[in-house]
Amino acid sequence: MTRTLISQAQLQRGRGRFLYWTVLTVVVAGFTLVFLGPLYWMVTGALKSGQEIAQTPPTLWPHDPQLQNYADAWNNLDLAKLLFNTFYYAAGAVFFQLVFDTAAAYALSKLRPVLGTVILGLMLATLMIPAMVLIVPQYVTAIDLPFVHVNLLDSPWAIWLPLVANAFNIFLLKRFFDSIPEDLIAAAQVDGASPLRTLWSIILPMSRPILGVVSIFAVTAVWKDFLWPKLVMPSPETRTLSVGIYAFSGGTPMNVVIAASVIAAIPTVIIFLIFQRNIMSGLTTGSLKG
Amino acid sequence: MAIMTAPSATTPIRPAPPTVSRRGRKLRDNLTGHAFLLGAVFCFALFMWFPMIRGIVMSFQRTRRGETTWVGWDNYTRIIADPSFWTAWKNTFLFTALALVVGYVLPFFVAILLNELRHAKGYLRILVYLPVMLPPASALFLFKYYAYDPSEAGLFNAILKALHLPTSEWMQSPTMTIPAMVIASTWMNLGSAVLIYLASLQNIPGELYEAAELDGAGVWRRIWNVTIPQTRLILALLAMLQIVATMQLFIEPLILANGAGTQDSATSVAYLIYQHGFFQNDLNGAAALGVIMLIVLAAFSAVYVRLTTKQD
Repeated sequence: MTRTLISQAQLQRGRGRFLYWTVLTVVVAGFTLVFLGPLYWMVTGALKSGQEIAQTPPTLWPHDPQLQNYADAWNNLDLAKLLFNTFYYAAGAVFFQLVFDTAAAYALSKLRPVLGTVILGLMLATLMIPAMVLIVPQYVTAIDLPFVHVNLLDSPWAIWLPLVANAFNIFLLKRFFDSIPEDLIAAAQVDGASPLRTLWSIILPMSRPILGVVSIFAVTAVWKDFLWPKLVMPSPETRTLSVGIYAFSGGTPMNVVIAASVIAAIPTVIIFLIFQRNIMSGLTTGSLKG
Repeated sequence: MAIMTAPSATTPIRPAPPTVSRRGRKLRDNLTGHAFLLGAVFCFALFMWFPMIRGIVMSFQRTRRGETTWVGWDNYTRIIADPSFWTAWKNTFLFTALALVVGYVLPFFVAILLNELRHAKGYLRILVYLPVMLPPASALFLFKYYAYDPSEAGLFNAILKALHLPTSEWMQSPTMTIPAMVIASTWMNLGSAVLIYLASLQNIPGELYEAAELDGAGVWRRIWNVTIPQTRLILALLAMLQIVATMQLFIEPLILANGAGTQDSATSVAYLIYQHGFFQNDLNGAAALGVIMLIVLAAFSAVYVRLTTKQD
């Protein structure tokens, strides 16, 4: 353990030790309250009846749990359909990002074609453009693709294609591929392996951790996105969960809206709890080491 | 053509001169390289590069009944004349400033705190990042209905009342709208900044702290003289990212304040883009507003680059 701001020795003796345990207790209790508390409130609040929710002071535990709220959310908002849509878009997003972004990162890292650095530069430049600035021209493009004049509204392609244009992923993948020794690639070439074969049999098996990170990011991006799917998936049948809940929130009792919000949150929270190690390492290694 | 010459260059019987063979091979490598880039480049061109140019072009045009004409600065003057324009900028700047004070400083201290603790590390990191994983719509409905309920049954008001503090109308009060949006957005987004700070804190060599301590520097001085200079690059980068992200304030007004909020107290520039583009059927005006936003953010970036390169 490397030394940090306060030395180990100071924390282990006398007053320092007492102080440390006090701070630790306060932090653990405080953080649980601040970050887990609202989620508890959300899950149990959705179990309360309309009267109980309006009661002062609020009750900590629902006196008469109404599973009906969750059932209503499931049925009235057609959550099964919304969940399916979101899963479907997320799966496609993972697939297309893995195929196209990996191929691009491989080309930029190992094949280094002419103008490769210019292309990479143009891709990275898009990181500086705020999403809100592009929303109108992107929408206009999606409703009438240039040259072919195809309308992508209500088509999953409207979600999949823009997600491939993800400079952050390409950068993440390229940096990982850069760290794979050139000798390995050269050896494969001597054995007569084509670039595709090298990518498939050497690079990809070594890159499982980063491919996992990219996949998780793709899933969470689809799950968390709001405005774009709201615009390009206008029909109730093609909506995503977040958009669906928002669309229904108007005329629906709030307990039911909250119950639907809980259901919408479950998949990403589960993904996070399973893959939290990968997510954290992906965030810290790939992103911003200055 | 290039593909035809390539195999002949590798035939062993009559080796071509090395320059030709190298050139042939290089060409072939380039072709495969570009083929691998094709999918991603296509998507970037379609949904990033082309819309970028198109947005600028659209902002000088007007489309009526399928007919597009050039109108010069018309869209810009119309957008700026809209009284909501200045309110939206005022709100957006206020939100960004507040979100920067809270959402930028707080994660730094949370990260320092977590870095010092020897126990429950994993648990605390999961806790802090958990809200980041929630769909924003889910989290915001939680705030809207439970936390910001203006009656005394609301969670925040119940807490305030228990502490004998004055309760608030939250989203129904024009003065509380922006602070309430800042609280919700900080809660949702703090985790990712904390994790990035934590990673950079772990790279600070321990000897620096040791030396500072030997020189008699207290905890605050050590933070000021060691931690902050050592994490300067990340701090500067996150400041920039935070500004760009908070300036795009959209979903908070939409869900928490049903759009504009009480007396326009929640209207943001991004919300105005959405309004013009998708409610008032004024895509050109919305495009012009987008270009203005781009220019303002580019100015911020320029100042940022100037400031950070001067320091080095």
